[in-house]
Amino acid sequence: MDNAYEALADEGEEKHWAFGTGFTAALTGVDRALPAGVERADLVVYCLMLGDDALIHAQRLAEWCSRAPELEEDVALANIALDLLGQARLLLSRAAEVEDAGRDEDALAYLRDEREFRNVRLVEIDCGPGPGGDFATTIARLLVFSSWRLAVFQRLTASADPVLAAVAAKGIKELAYHRDHAAQWVLRLAGGTDYSRERMIAGLTQVWAYTDELFTTHPVETALGGVAVDPADVRAEVAEVLDTVLSAAELDRPEVTQVAALAGRAGRDGVHTQALGHLLAELQHVARSMPGAVW
Amino acid sequence: MTDASWPLYEVFVRGKRGLNHVHVGSLHAPDDEMALRNARDLYTRRNEGVSIWVVRADAITASSPDEKDPFFAPSGDKVYRHPTFYAIPDDVPHL
Repeated sequence: MDNAYEALADEGEEKHWAFGTGFTAALTGVDRALPAGVERADLVVYCLMLGDDALIHAQRLAEWCSRAPELEEDVALANIALDLLGQARLLLSRAAEVEDAGRDEDALAYLRDEREFRNVRLVEIDCGPGPGGDFATTIARLLVFSSWRLAVFQRLTASADPVLAAVAAKGIKELAYHRDHAAQWVLRLAGGTDYSRERMIAGLTQVWAYTDELFTTHPVETALGGVAVDPADVRAEVAEVLDTVLSAAELDRPEVTQVAALAGRAGRDGVHTQALGHLLAELQHVARSMPGAVW
Repeated sequence: MTDASWPLYEVFVRGKRGLNHVHVGSLHAPDDEMALRNARDLYTRRNEGVSIWVVRADAITASSPDEKDPFFAPSGDKVYRHPTFYAIPDDVPHL
């Protein structure tokens, strides 16, 4: 055999691709009609909440491209970022479709201002490679976020909105891998050198201050009973997962004061930390300075 | 930025078609478990595989180019070792 990759390809696949063209679109054949009894505006906000979490976290992870500690980890973080970007696209597309106001996923990603983003603050803070963190902090956030999102998505597969259920069914396989990747690194950093353990503990402590927001029920989630997942319901389950990882790594759960919401309003209401504005400036710069540009 | 403390691993992937594992490349990883995960991220991103083997490169004993002639030349002229004298049915795959 001249080409090792030939043995990896399926019979009858298009020959100009080296291998692996048997892709399937995740949402083929899903009923996209607005479910009965659902308030359109509520579903839009809920899709933005879950979509913005993924979009902003993907952007933060993408910042590691070419800066990760090892080439292999560079690719791993980029893969995870792309998984989340894929989830963001499906969710923002759903938001745009339900909104029915002439906007598409790109308009929602590139042309909204900071106050219109609905992501939790955990995903927007600088956990490295910027000065606000390091690789361990990034891993700590990935562990917390993917554990939480996996628990939410597992429940969301039973959503009365078939699109959200399909997005969740696709996402849980990705998120299970993200959680595993983060947990593997927590074990290794905690059990590595004194210094790596110190950095891991510092990273977990830093992100732990933003964890309460993940489990705070938003009015939209209450209004969308049967469609949305109440994040308060996953708190015990997520705590158990995190405790399992921490205990395997012989780490204590951080005891920190939570970063307060502003008059009860936080990321889900569009009230963000200073970090989000800077992040969006980079994310949206090209789309805003050259409207409609394509390549 | 190669870290000398991370050993080299060789990666083998078995495709969906179900034949042998095929050597696809190598990578660095801190240990066996992370090598498997790195292989998943580096070599199965395009829907190639259903099974991955990783093995530390220093665990492989390889034939040396210097021994090429004594190793391989003697089998070059022994045509009777190939099943070329049988009629092969058309529908037998992967011989």
